[in-house]
Amino acid sequence: MAHYEPVLLANIHKKDSHTLAVYEAGGGYRALRRVLKEMNPQDVVNLVRSSNLRGRGGAGFPTGLKWTFLPEGHPGPVYFCVNADESEPGTIVNRVQMEFDPHQVLEGTILSCYATGAATAYVYLRYEYPLCYRRMQAAIDECYQAGYLGKNILNSDFSLEMTIHRGAAAYVCGEETGLIESLEGKRAWPRIKPPFPAVEGLFRKPTVVNNVETMACVTHIAGRGADWFKSMGTPPEPGNPRDPGSYGPKLFGLSGHLNRPGVYEAPLGITCRQLIEEFGGGVWHGRRAKAVVPGGLSTGLLTEAELDTPMDFSGPGKVGCLGLGTGCVVVLDETYSMIDFLLNSCRFFAHESCGQCTPCREGTHWALQMLRRIKAGRGRLKDLDLLLEIGDSIGIIPGTTICGLADGAAWPIKNAINKFRNEFEDHIIQTNPDGYMVTEPVEALEDPQQRDWPAVRQPVSA
Amino acid sequence: MAKIIIDGHEIEIPDSERLNGIEAARRVGIEIPHYCWHPGLSVVGSCRMCLVEVGTRDAKTGNISMMPKLAPACNTMMTDGTVLVTNSEKVQQARAMVEENLLLSHPIDCPICDKAGECSLQDYHFQYGQDERRADVRPFTSRRRDLGDRVALFVDRCIKCTRCVRFVREVAGTAELMVSQRGAHEEIAVMPDFPLNNNLSGNVVDLCPVGALGDKDFLYRQRVWFMRTHPGVCTGCATGCSIRVEENQDRIYRIKPRENLLVNKWWICNEGRYGYPHVHSDRRLLGARRRDGQSAVELDWATVPGELRERLGKAGRLAAVLSPHLTVEEAYLLCQLVRQYDPRALLVLGPVPKVGEDERFPGGFTISAEKCPNRLGVEAIVAHHTGRVPTWDELISELGRGEIRGVWVSGGYKTDWIAETKAKKFEDLELLVVQDLFPSPLSQRATYVLPGAAFAEREGSYVNRADRLQTAAWAIRPPGGVRVEGSLYWELLGREGLYDARTVLSEVAGEILYFQVAAREIPETGIDLKANMLAR
Repeated sequence: MAHYEPVLLANIHKKDSHTLAVYEAGGGYRALRRVLKEMNPQDVVNLVRSSNLRGRGGAGFPTGLKWTFLPEGHPGPVYFCVNADESEPGTIVNRVQMEFDPHQVLEGTILSCYATGAATAYVYLRYEYPLCYRRMQAAIDECYQAGYLGKNILNSDFSLEMTIHRGAAAYVCGEETGLIESLEGKRAWPRIKPPFPAVEGLFRKPTVVNNVETMACVTHIAGRGADWFKSMGTPPEPGNPRDPGSYGPKLFGLSGHLNRPGVYEAPLGITCRQLIEEFGGGVWHGRRAKAVVPGGLSTGLLTEAELDTPMDFSGPGKVGCLGLGTGCVVVLDETYSMIDFLLNSCRFFAHESCGQCTPCREGTHWALQMLRRIKAGRGRLKDLDLLLEIGDSIGIIPGTTICGLADGAAWPIKNAINKFRNEFEDHIIQTNPDGYMVTEPVEALEDPQQRDWPAVRQPVSA
Repeated sequence: MAKIIIDGHEIEIPDSERLNGIEAARRVGIEIPHYCWHPGLSVVGSCRMCLVEVGTRDAKTGNISMMPKLAPACNTMMTDGTVLVTNSEKVQQARAMVEENLLLSHPIDCPICDKAGECSLQDYHFQYGQDERRADVRPFTSRRRDLGDRVALFVDRCIKCTRCVRFVREVAGTAELMVSQRGAHEEIAVMPDFPLNNNLSGNVVDLCPVGALGDKDFLYRQRVWFMRTHPGVCTGCATGCSIRVEENQDRIYRIKPRENLLVNKWWICNEGRYGYPHVHSDRRLLGARRRDGQSAVELDWATVPGELRERLGKAGRLAAVLSPHLTVEEAYLLCQLVRQYDPRALLVLGPVPKVGEDERFPGGFTISAEKCPNRLGVEAIVAHHTGRVPTWDELISELGRGEIRGVWVSGGYKTDWIAETKAKKFEDLELLVVQDLFPSPLSQRATYVLPGAAFAEREGSYVNRADRLQTAAWAIRPPGGVRVEGSLYWELLGREGLYDARTVLSEVAGEILYFQVAAREIPETGIDLKANMLAR
């Protein structure tokens, strides 16, 4: 791959990169000055639309399109929320951005508020990011002093108030409407849609919720133009008018069994193998990768053979994953047990399920209990099919739950069992050759004649 | 006019109505199963039981395109061209899975659960569930926890539909209930020291689609399939809520609200719900009695009409007290009866019990301060006969003058309604007939004590505070020795056959302008008499 000069991460290695002085010295807030002077809000919306910027939070919804859903001629107020509740397992990019370059995010936010006509912006910040909180708050204070926030920004008639709200450690608050409910001071139960937040969101007013990284991209689109943005990435699939393509730079957080885990920047469309080899320094201890989580736990798993999948918004979907997600790759080496992986995954989602929709609340919990049993050596082969069916019912069949949390819970189940079924079967057969299950009421009903396999069977690798 | 298609049935919905999928499907006789949706509460769409396939029909080409997603019918508004499929394999599969999920940690203790027989979880499981339990989660017995004075929570039976939580927030406005914990550990809970004790709390038990919320008043007292239900009208206050009286062998076990959007919507207050024990009280007057000097003589009911006719004829100047607990028909007959013997008889409205102020709730429900069901109806009858409505106090001062020699008092009050001092004024009469539920200072002085019937034992109509006339059927037979007021008046007036409230109401409607519209058949939701308000 040709040498790529980072844009989003250009500042982070500078000393005091989180301060306004350093950011301005590197050309910061120049885009904002220019936009406020030369462009009207509709121009900014059109600019972002023409860049085909897609939301970096996971779902990849076109950002400019989202802004156009705001009702026209609404008396207001319109609210803008920055989703900084980054809690997807394996995901770390927003943290790096907010800790080392908060002004880049703020500039994008101010630009986006200008475009959407919002006079109030909330940064919904994950509670477990204390340094982010301090640096973002300091950056906002600096902005108020420097006149980038507050009344009549840079002597224009655009005013903006920005507040940081710290969440209370719930994964579901990262969901758009869950975030809104939480901001309103309620239990973070995602709302049923319609009405969509663009029509009726925070405090029942039109609201836009965008990810931190999306904001940083807006900064650079405003500064360098849509053509620059579209000069990298994957163009839309020919013949698919609904595919806006995957353009622009993307931050990839690499973690897991790598030699050099970290946050790296690359254009969308780079393959997963390139990420691991060129940025991550390869799998540790000279081992091979067994599986790779392409973009945060909820996106599922790539096998070693699928590592050449391009990391863009449509790539992982083609090999049976949920999608690109947050672009945060977790590498599992060949010694790692997939049962442990899935147990961990199910534990996370069962713990984080908000408990509103029946399939997610009960299904995640059921899957967790089943995996605990399998892990403890009391699994049955038919459990695997049942797990797949639970996965289908909670998230793979579209529309069974209000929000996407259950989809995220379902894809790891589906991928892990479909792609690594042998390993699960081996584990079950080795640890529980009789198919014996200790759960009295069910055991009593079980017919010994109808076991899944012959009662006596040699362990595979005995 | 919106044209929609539900499972191949095409129906039209007028533009004035905004229906969701569940309501629209009912129009064509299709029941979409649901837990969390309730017409009186906000839509959360969280139970996922009402998932259906939704599509649209192109108005021009007539082509139908279905969405790949399942959507909750409760949040799918019917617009022109909406297509719903409620019975496809995909839908059935989703329903079966929701059912299975709900039963994962449900204790399945139906044999000891009060809700069994009217439980949505049971019904839907039979209709949409799968017959095999695949879960390895061990069911527990249900932990019981009190939420308030009236309601108990069986924690593990709960399916977290949050109807109760939404009710106390949106309708009662008191917000005592909440969901605590998260995910599969969720429980309905109250804050310590803030129990569920508002005056509408009983409704959460009706709202609960499963047996999680139990009515302590009803708990373990009767299986629901043994009870018969009778449509009725609550006589607890002037609001006149539509209710169902549920009884088994002439014993009331509970009172439930009956949907009536024009009066009480889906709710009733605790006062009405738990206001029936007096019906079965030991203190009730039973058997007709005549006082001869100091001793009382038990009478055979067969001789009572004859004796009364004779005494009424001899008494001289008469007066009648018409209790606001009487039905319209009974009040009318009593007026006729007394006027038959004394055409100048004084007709007065009985004391109107009033407690505190009206209690209003954010959801639009009002508990009236006036604790009687039919003041307006009785007033209209009295006003028709006398041209005005003489009050109880007027009678008391009239009694002091000594002109009135005979008084017929109808009671029916649940609580003590007359003080010793007032009752003394009735002492020197020639004839005092008292018809009441309970002994009172007045009944001790009565020449004739006639036990009266309680609300569930009568049939007839009541006019509530909004001039709405509603008809109640009798639900239980009165205890032995009690004769329902209406039938006694009917016989005393020498009418043929059995007492029939409908016949009397038709007469009233023909004679009194205020009741004119009651000549028509009275629908379940009652009939508005306001149309003739000017005539009053």
